[in-house]
Amino acid sequence: MKPVASPWAWLALLATAVFSIGCTLHPRTAAWRERAASGSILQVVLGEGRRLFANHFFVRADVYFHSGYYPSIFDQAQKPAPTAISGTHERSQDHAQEHERQMAFLGPPRDWIERFGRHFRVTEHTHLAHGEEREMMPWLRLSAELDPQRVETYTVAAYWLRTRLGKVAEARDFLREGLRNNPDSYEILFELGRLYFENDHDVVRARNLWELALRRWSEREGRKQPGEQDLFSLEQIAVRLARLEETEGNLARAIQLLELARRASPAPAALDAQIAELRAKLSETSTPR
Amino acid sequence: MNRVLAIAGVVIRELYRRKDFYVLFVLTALITLLLGAVNFFNDPKIVRYLKEVCLLLIWISAVVIAVTTTARQIPSEKENRTIFPLLAKPVTRWEVILGKFAGCWLAAGIALLVFYLFFAVISESRGGEGTPAPKAAAATQVAPGPQAHDDHAHEPGCCNHAPASPNPWLVYLQGAWLHWMMLAVVIAMVLFGSLIFAAPSSNATIMFIVIGGILLLGEHLNKVALRQTEPVQTILQILYFAIPHLEWFDLRDFIIYDHPPVAFGPCALATAYAAAYALLLLVAAWLVFRRKGLTT
Repeated sequence: MKPVASPWAWLALLATAVFSIGCTLHPRTAAWRERAASGSILQVVLGEGRRLFANHFFVRADVYFHSGYYPSIFDQAQKPAPTAISGTHERSQDHAQEHERQMAFLGPPRDWIERFGRHFRVTEHTHLAHGEEREMMPWLRLSAELDPQRVETYTVAAYWLRTRLGKVAEARDFLREGLRNNPDSYEILFELGRLYFENDHDVVRARNLWELALRRWSEREGRKQPGEQDLFSLEQIAVRLARLEETEGNLARAIQLLELARRASPAPAALDAQIAELRAKLSETSTPR
Repeated sequence: MNRVLAIAGVVIRELYRRKDFYVLFVLTALITLLLGAVNFFNDPKIVRYLKEVCLLLIWISAVVIAVTTTARQIPSEKENRTIFPLLAKPVTRWEVILGKFAGCWLAAGIALLVFYLFFAVISESRGGEGTPAPKAAAATQVAPGPQAHDDHAHEPGCCNHAPASPNPWLVYLQGAWLHWMMLAVVIAMVLFGSLIFAAPSSNATIMFIVIGGILLLGEHLNKVALRQTEPVQTILQILYFAIPHLEWFDLRDFIIYDHPPVAFGPCALATAYAAAYALLLLVAAWLVFRRKGLTT
């Protein structure tokens, strides 16, 4: 069989094809470069699928927190997955029992295979402690890398960094990174305020951040229907800010904030007592002797 | 016995002449060392993510080495026609099966030893002191997250801290041992498959799917079965009780999270379970091989 064209003709044809593909792809690669400049290489490569991986890595951190004692997707099909590191629960007293109940996912073994197999899997519910919480950090860092819009990753990682690992500077840097990626996040502003108040004892910055957090909350959550609003965060911010104002002697502002918190609280009775106490203090200071 | 060991020796020599093991080991070492160089919040003591990735790579590499080495043993003997002089020595067909199995299993064991030594050195050099023993196991405060109340404390017994492993090397040794036992079942299964399926590639592919399926789903088949209607429920239940439960031999979580080793009794029983399944599959392979023609 004779060749249909000389090798040179094939070479010319291939060169033309390469040039054409190059011209077609050039505008697209420019767009990729722009995307790469705005995000990490992982974001460019994985696209929107990165959010799935980010969620997986966040859960991975929770698995580490429980030292491997964690329900599989098959166990979760029977009971919802617990998240101890994120703290989405409302009341601390109830949380321990609720968390313990959620983590009792194993139940009695159904057969001898399951019974014997439990010798080879982690069956004890434990939490990381004594600085071992550091082991969660790579997964949280990776989760933030993949989904910079996932606010919870920044607040959770910063919480553990500053309270358990003594890494206040790292927590501050991470929260600032989160704030750059989510400028409207009242959650990050609140956590950053806590860092300045509790760790740096910088009252002015803490107050400014919490005031800004309140404004951001109003901007974002104010538009939502009453049942859909994040009232837990509002209560947290308002109570913290009220405590700060109380210690600074701004009792009127503290009362105002506690009243705001009262509206958001599911159990306002405790706050009522505090408001009454502050009012009494205020009337004492304002009454001329 | 000498003939079996002679056949096994040839298989082991084949492993170190081929590049599979070296490539997989270098890849594992390279990825682990690269990941170890990553800085997370200026904390050089973080080690568990590294353990997890390294162990995952070891598991993948070990299964790849075991399956690919075993899958080509008998087909290549037939293809090269070396099976005829081998059986004319005289070596019985059972001895061929046993020799091939022993060779592949020992070769996988040698590879596993190198991999686990590397793993132990990496994890111990990085921060292998393990979790310090808890001072007060009960009613210790665990703050669950930034939005939770600070005065929160778990109920006693809820948040016991992870018990420290008295000797991590013991858990490494146990993990490596059970891993090797699991490979015995895998190798016997692949050897049996190499007499059933036409080509080594198809055998290897099917075995990878079967092994992956057992490791990921094996222990959950009974739960899945409960949600199915008949006859799927019965089929899944039969499958659940019939398959070798390879997931028992996976002690990665014990190693990663510094848990104490598994008790001796269950470990010995698991070893016996692996030996029984391997023997069963070898006998099945011999029964097929006994009646099989030697030409390709």
